[in-house]
Amino acid sequence: MTPELMEAGARARAAQQVQRSMGGGVIGGIGGGMGLQPGEPYFGQGVALYVDEISVSFDGFRALNKLSLTIDVGELRCIIGPNGAGKTTMMDCITGKTRPDSGRVFFGSNIDLLRLNEPEIAQIGVGRKFQKPTVYEQLTVFQNLELALKADRGVRAALFHKLTGPQRDRIAEVLVLIHLQDEAHRTAGLLSHGQKQWLEIGMLLMQDPKLLLLDEPVAGMTDEETERTAQLFLSLEGKHSLVVVEHDMKFVDELTEGRKKVTVLHEGSVLAEGLLSDVQSNEKVVEVYLGR
Amino acid sequence: MQSELGPASRLLGPKGWAALLACTLAIVVGVPVLNLLVPAGSALHLSEFYVSLLGKIMCYAICALAIDLIWGYTGILSLGHGLFFALGGYAMGMYLMRQIGLDGNYKSELPDFMVFLDWKQLPWHWTLSDSFAAQMVLVLAVPGLLAFVFGWFAFRSRIKGVYFSIITQALTFAAMLLFFRNETGFGGNNGFTDFKRILDIPLGTAGMRVTLCVITGLVLIGFFVMARAIVASKYGRVLQAIRDAETRVMFTGYNPVAYKLSIWTLSAVMCGVAGALYVPQVGIINPGEMSPAASIEMAIWAAVGGRATLVGPILGAFFVNGAKSWFTVAFPEYWLFFLGALFIAVTLFLPNGLIGLLRRPGGLIGLARDERLRRLFRRKPPVGDVP
Repeated sequence: MTPELMEAGARARAAQQVQRSMGGGVIGGIGGGMGLQPGEPYFGQGVALYVDEISVSFDGFRALNKLSLTIDVGELRCIIGPNGAGKTTMMDCITGKTRPDSGRVFFGSNIDLLRLNEPEIAQIGVGRKFQKPTVYEQLTVFQNLELALKADRGVRAALFHKLTGPQRDRIAEVLVLIHLQDEAHRTAGLLSHGQKQWLEIGMLLMQDPKLLLLDEPVAGMTDEETERTAQLFLSLEGKHSLVVVEHDMKFVDELTEGRKKVTVLHEGSVLAEGLLSDVQSNEKVVEVYLGR
Repeated sequence: MQSELGPASRLLGPKGWAALLACTLAIVVGVPVLNLLVPAGSALHLSEFYVSLLGKIMCYAICALAIDLIWGYTGILSLGHGLFFALGGYAMGMYLMRQIGLDGNYKSELPDFMVFLDWKQLPWHWTLSDSFAAQMVLVLAVPGLLAFVFGWFAFRSRIKGVYFSIITQALTFAAMLLFFRNETGFGGNNGFTDFKRILDIPLGTAGMRVTLCVITGLVLIGFFVMARAIVASKYGRVLQAIRDAETRVMFTGYNPVAYKLSIWTLSAVMCGVAGALYVPQVGIINPGEMSPAASIEMAIWAAVGGRATLVGPILGAFFVNGAKSWFTVAFPEYWLFFLGALFIAVTLFLPNGLIGLLRRPGGLIGLARDERLRRLFRRKPPVGDVP
C-alpha cells in the first residue's frame, strides 16, 4: 500500500468517526471548507475506488480472499482471471449486492460503500453493467434511457416527471453514441444481443457515474461491435473511472494500449498486476490459465 | 412532443377519449333511462336484475383494474386482494347495519347478531359505525393501512414471486378464519345482511339501485383514468421496469421498495372502495369474500382479459362474470369446469388475453390460423414436429 493510500484510509476513518457522532449513513464534509456537499464522494486524493482486504465466503467456499484493489480517478483498468476467480463477486461487493465478511470498500476517499444499499450506491455515482445484458424488454430504447437519466429517483418526482429540453438532447446524444438512434422507438426486447449490450452501456452513461463497472461488456458482440465498444471506452477514459472485467484478450489488449495496468484475479485475490505483456509472461499467471 | 415517447406516454388517444365518453354516457344516461323511463314491457327495458348485475360486475372490474396495476404492470401476483375487497365491504356493512336502527328482527338498538350473542353494548371497534363519513374513511384506511404494513415488511425483506403470492393467500385465509368467529364482532359466518337504508334513504327502491349502479360506474371510470395516468407517467414505466428487470432498476438508483409499496397500497385501497360499493348493491357481506378462491378469481379476470392493458382486465371481469351468471343458471354444475377450461385456453392460446385477441392482426380469423391451435385438432402429429 502506498503512503498516499494510507493517508486516504486514515482520513476516511477519521471522517467516519465524525460521521458516526453525527449519526448519518453517508460520510461527507471531509477536508472542511472545500465546498463539498455531505454525502458527495471526494476525489481530491486521486483515488476513485479503494478496496481493502475484502473476504467473502459462500457456505465455506472462499469467493474472495483478502482482495485489495485501487482504481485511480479517470483510470481504465482491465481485470482478467479464470472462471471462478471472484470477478463478479468483487463487483457485487462494490455495488452492495453482497456484503463482504470483512474488509473495507471506499468510493473516493470518504464514502464507505459497505454502509449503503444498491440504489444509494448507484445514486452516488457507481454504475454497473451485468454480464448478461439486462434492459427493460417491454419498454422502448428511448424509454430505457429515460429511466436511467440522472434525476430524482423518488416516487413523487417520477409521477410528475417531464423531460426537459437538455435532457432530451442528452438522450439523443447517447443514442448516437451507442449507435441506436434508428432504433429509439423499438421495443428493447427486439434488439440483438450486441445491441442490448450497447443499450445497457448507454443506460450507464445516462446515469453519469463517476465509476463504471463493466462485467464482460463485449460478450456476444461481433468483431466490429467489439471494436466500437473499445473506442467508446477509450473515449470515456479520463472523464470516468472504468473497471472492465473481460475474457477477450484482444479486447483487453486494445483497451490497455500497451501502457495500462491489468489486474489478474485468481481464487479470490490479486495474483498479478502490471502491463498486459508482463502479466502474460508471468509464470504464475500462465500456470493458472494453462494448468500445470 | 409527447409522441416521441410512443403511445404509452399519452393519457388516451382520440378514439380512447371517445370510447370513454360513450361509456360514461351509457352509464350516466343510458342505464337510468332504460331502467326507469322505458316501460317494463318494452324490448329496450333494462330489468332490475341487469342493473344489479351491471353494478356488481363493475365492482369486480375495479378489482380487476387494481390487480392489473400490481400484477400486470409491476409483476407482483397478489392472491389476497379479496381481503381488501372484503374489508372495504365490512366497513360499509357496519354502517349499513347501524342504519337498520330498530327495524331488525329483535327490534333492538344493537344489530341482530349482537342481540343473538347476548351482547349488551357495541364493541369498541363499532364506535364510529353511526357516522357515514367515518366509515367511508375506514373503507379507505383499513385496507390501505393493512396493505402498507404487510407490504412494508414483505418488500423490505425482498419477498418476491410465488412466495409473495402464497403469503397473500395465507393472509386472506387467516383473516377469513378470524372473521368466521363470532367474538370478532363481525357477525361470524353469516356476516352482515338485511340492510334497510343508506344515509336514511331506503335501499330497496329502483331509484337507489340505479343510483348505486351509476356511482359505481363513475368510480370505475375515474379509477381507469387514474390508472391510465399512472401507467403513462415515468412512475408507471419504473413499475414496468421493476417487473422486467428489478436488479437493473436497483442498480440504476431507484429503490424498488417505495415504488412497490405505493402501487400495492393504492391497489388495495381500490379494492376496498369496490367492496364498499358492492355491499349495498348485493345486500350481504360475509367471510366468504375472503376465501382464497375469491381472490384467485380476481387474478383470473385480469389474466383472461389481458394483463398490463387496463382495458383488458375490465373486459375480463365483464366476460367471466357475465358468463358465470349465465352458466350458473343454464348449466350450474358445469360452471367451474368452464372456468378452468377458459383459464387453460387463455394461457395456452391467448397469452395477451381477450384484448390481445381483439388487437391481433386478423382478429378471430388470425386465431383460427394459429399453428398451435391447428396442431391440437390435427389427427396425427406431423413427423419431425417435436424437436
